[in-house]
Amino acid sequence: MSRSLLSITELGETGLRRMLDTSDHMAEVNRRPNPKVPALRGKTVCNVFFEDSTRTRLSFETAAKRLSADTMNFSVSQSSLNKGESLRDTVETIAAMGVDAFVIRHGSSGAPWQIGEWTSISVINAGDGWHAHPTQALLDMYTVRTALNRPISVDGGSFDGLRVAMVGDIKHSRVARSTTEAFKLLGANVTWVSPKTLLPPVHDESVVANLDEVIEDVDVLYLLRMQNERMSEALVPHLREYTARFGLTPERAARIGRHVLVMHPGPMNRGVEMAVDPGELPGSVINQQVTNGINVRMAVLFELLGSGSENSLTGNTES
Amino acid sequence: MNTPSDVGKQVLGPDDVRRAITRMAHEIIERNRGTADLALVGIQTGGVWVVEALAAEMLRIQAAENCGANPIVIGSVDASLYRDDIGMRPVSPGSVSDLTFTVEGVTVVLVDDVLYTGRTVRAAIDAIGDYGRPKAVQLAAIVDRGHRELPIRPDFVGKNLPTSAEESVSVTPDGVTITQGADT
Amino acid sequence: MNILITNGRLIDQTGERLASVRISDGIIIEIGDQLAPDADNSGAEHLIDAAGLVISPGFVDLHVHLREPGREEAETIETGSRGAALGGFTAVVAMPNTDPTQDSVGVVEFVRQQGKRAGLCDVYPSGSITMGRKGEQLTPFAELANAGVRLFTDDGNGVQDPQLMRRAYEYASDLGVTMAQHCEVESLTAGAVMHEGSCCSHLGLPGWPSLAEELMVHRDIELVRLTGASAHFLHLSTAGSVGLVRAAKADGLPVTAEATPHHISLTDELLASYSALYKVNPPLRTIEDVMAVREGLRDGTIDAIATDHAPHVSETKEMPLDQAPPGMLGLETAFGVALAHLDMPLADVVAAMSWKPAAIAGIADRHGRPIALGEPANLAVIDPGEAWEVVPAALASKSRNTPFIGVPLTGRVKHTILHGDITVRDGKAQK
Repeated sequence: MSRSLLSITELGETGLRRMLDTSDHMAEVNRRPNPKVPALRGKTVCNVFFEDSTRTRLSFETAAKRLSADTMNFSVSQSSLNKGESLRDTVETIAAMGVDAFVIRHGSSGAPWQIGEWTSISVINAGDGWHAHPTQALLDMYTVRTALNRPISVDGGSFDGLRVAMVGDIKHSRVARSTTEAFKLLGANVTWVSPKTLLPPVHDESVVANLDEVIEDVDVLYLLRMQNERMSEALVPHLREYTARFGLTPERAARIGRHVLVMHPGPMNRGVEMAVDPGELPGSVINQQVTNGINVRMAVLFELLGSGSENSLTGNTES
Repeated sequence: MNTPSDVGKQVLGPDDVRRAITRMAHEIIERNRGTADLALVGIQTGGVWVVEALAAEMLRIQAAENCGANPIVIGSVDASLYRDDIGMRPVSPGSVSDLTFTVEGVTVVLVDDVLYTGRTVRAAIDAIGDYGRPKAVQLAAIVDRGHRELPIRPDFVGKNLPTSAEESVSVTPDGVTITQGADT
Repeated sequence: MNILITNGRLIDQTGERLASVRISDGIIIEIGDQLAPDADNSGAEHLIDAAGLVISPGFVDLHVHLREPGREEAETIETGSRGAALGGFTAVVAMPNTDPTQDSVGVVEFVRQQGKRAGLCDVYPSGSITMGRKGEQLTPFAELANAGVRLFTDDGNGVQDPQLMRRAYEYASDLGVTMAQHCEVESLTAGAVMHEGSCCSHLGLPGWPSLAEELMVHRDIELVRLTGASAHFLHLSTAGSVGLVRAAKADGLPVTAEATPHHISLTDELLASYSALYKVNPPLRTIEDVMAVREGLRDGTIDAIATDHAPHVSETKEMPLDQAPPGMLGLETAFGVALAHLDMPLADVVAAMSWKPAAIAGIADRHGRPIALGEPANLAVIDPGEAWEVVPAALASKSRNTPFIGVPLTGRVKHTILHGDITVRDGKAQK
């Protein structure tokens, strides 16, 4: 396992399964009255968020603290970023303060890779531009695995036969990319539901241009956030039209099976992609996604900072 | 990483292991005057089968001596999140801790297959502590191979087996094997 | 200065032959098979042994950004000239996106004088097409033509307004100057950092579709057809663009084109590292585009290799891709990249780097000349077989943004002679 988590591609299927297994441990810790273990005592994790995101930052911070690590926060909003100071200088300054891991969120795709070139500190990608969001994909996989009780681990198990529909602005969505990739690594079938303007220019996923075409044939319905800005870029004529073709309206909600898992990476645009109250959807696992975010991020921090170098246990620990 | 296999020398056979477990079961019952307010907690992953074997023996003894029909409370604890060598060597969680009973006021008998440096036991004691405050903690191991690095001593031992640090020891229901090549 | 170059393989527009060349006072005074060092002038005559080496006309780069005036921290006319000389260039055309813009005689004269003062390379400033390169109002072409400007371009940007570009071509056709176009329809490339294709989709980066270049190439070809003016297409990068220019030439239209060393050697897959060293306008494209550009050079559709040498200080290239400026160095590595990646006879590569660009720049009376008696001595002496790799720290440029780190280069300039003066000897600049 490398010292950084930058994308699902780099993590690979074995790494992905291993993270899911480790997340079970963390889930158990989080069920205790005192959800804390000393595993990362003495380590410092620095959240370096160049893009605002209170929820993800809190999730990582909580995860670090439950492992007894110390945390630092470095929030750089784009307007206050001194244009003269290069990204490299910013990173090297923080590194000089003595941290063991960076959790980076940046509006530009690729920033975590560039940072990885300039520092030997562990880097965890908390979302880069349109490109990747590996911890989101991990928590999504963990949520589905738990909700469906599928025994997926390093020893086997898969999402074979699972039909997933990912709906919305795929082009600008790092969640779409990472979660689709993770689902496929574990054997699920993924269909993108999106107008052509919101798809990447070149891809080989199966695509459908209307949610009604698949809504009765899915096991997992994954809704992506539809942002207001897309209207001004002439990507969709009007949000109302988007909701009509792609939104989870009450009419569509009535047609999906009770077993269908409904997911969303948050935050939700009520009335746009999510036009019903998710609390009324029997299959909504949106809250579980948030809880599992902590489990999964604890697993990631532990594996990167607490786990030494490689390979799985053979059961031969000395006492 | 060693897998002690065909290269090893078997020093104890299955019957020896079975007898050791029976004797330890008797000792645990005797020392604790019965099985009330007692819990056997195996240290993941090596101690899990030992706990099951010990519990089965204790049930049998209990029944044979007409000492009541209390179920033997068992569980397991994964100490990897409490180890003192995290980041220094590969540590991977085995199965998840399973402590469904209340630890408060209970005598916990920590059980492992092999007792060596004592560091895993120290970590396990800390782990148990995060679930509550036991009345007492006792330690049972089938094999004590020496080389302690912490002031930890077992209460119940199956067999004392002097070994060198260049060897590794494996304990299964089929016996105890010593292999050349240190435990990594 | 008196120079004797012995036993070289002369390559020029008349052909190839083995010979020695004697130079005095800036002119070639003798060419022959066995020239002996001058007994009278022994000591004052510089001897260059060109055995096994090629002697060619000094190279001409139609497209360099010397950054002065305005961004001297990245490069100056002096450091740029030095890099040019090391790359075998005796003349460069300086792009007008300086600050202030090269849209007035004052700025143009300043640039020319700075080049002269450095004395390492002839610097020919180009003029912008529009004032301040804003795309609104035409630059005074005639004034600038009187000051010696032959090429006009808004490079850095293309002229977006077709009506304005039509007027530019019409006005220019009276004056015998050439419009050079950076072909990019900006509404199609807003926010783009790399080529639009499968790579950018994987990497989650906004893309620059080939169409954005091809639309303007097509537009300007038709404007040439309409107005009779000449056009030169800067840094062609797509297979489609090459096809359009090929058809235009077949129709007899007065168009010429150039391509950069990076567009014949590097592809968009390099962006997977997210390194801004590979960010450039127009962007690195697919292998199919690269092969089409190479074919364009081979069959003459593309006349010249021009570096689009674009220095940037390191800090700016160590920014996320969307914030980093586009551009790569090119002067010192151009010949090595060209020879390593083009499957063309050496003479054709030399043509694309010397007499053909000299003609386009309107300086064919001084540069790219045949190596013959009475001609100005603007020459390069090259080892066409030497394999080498670029070492960023050893570059003469003030900047370090070369994308050719680790790329094998074939062919190295050993000596450069500018108007009979040795500017580079044994790979070292003489001033």
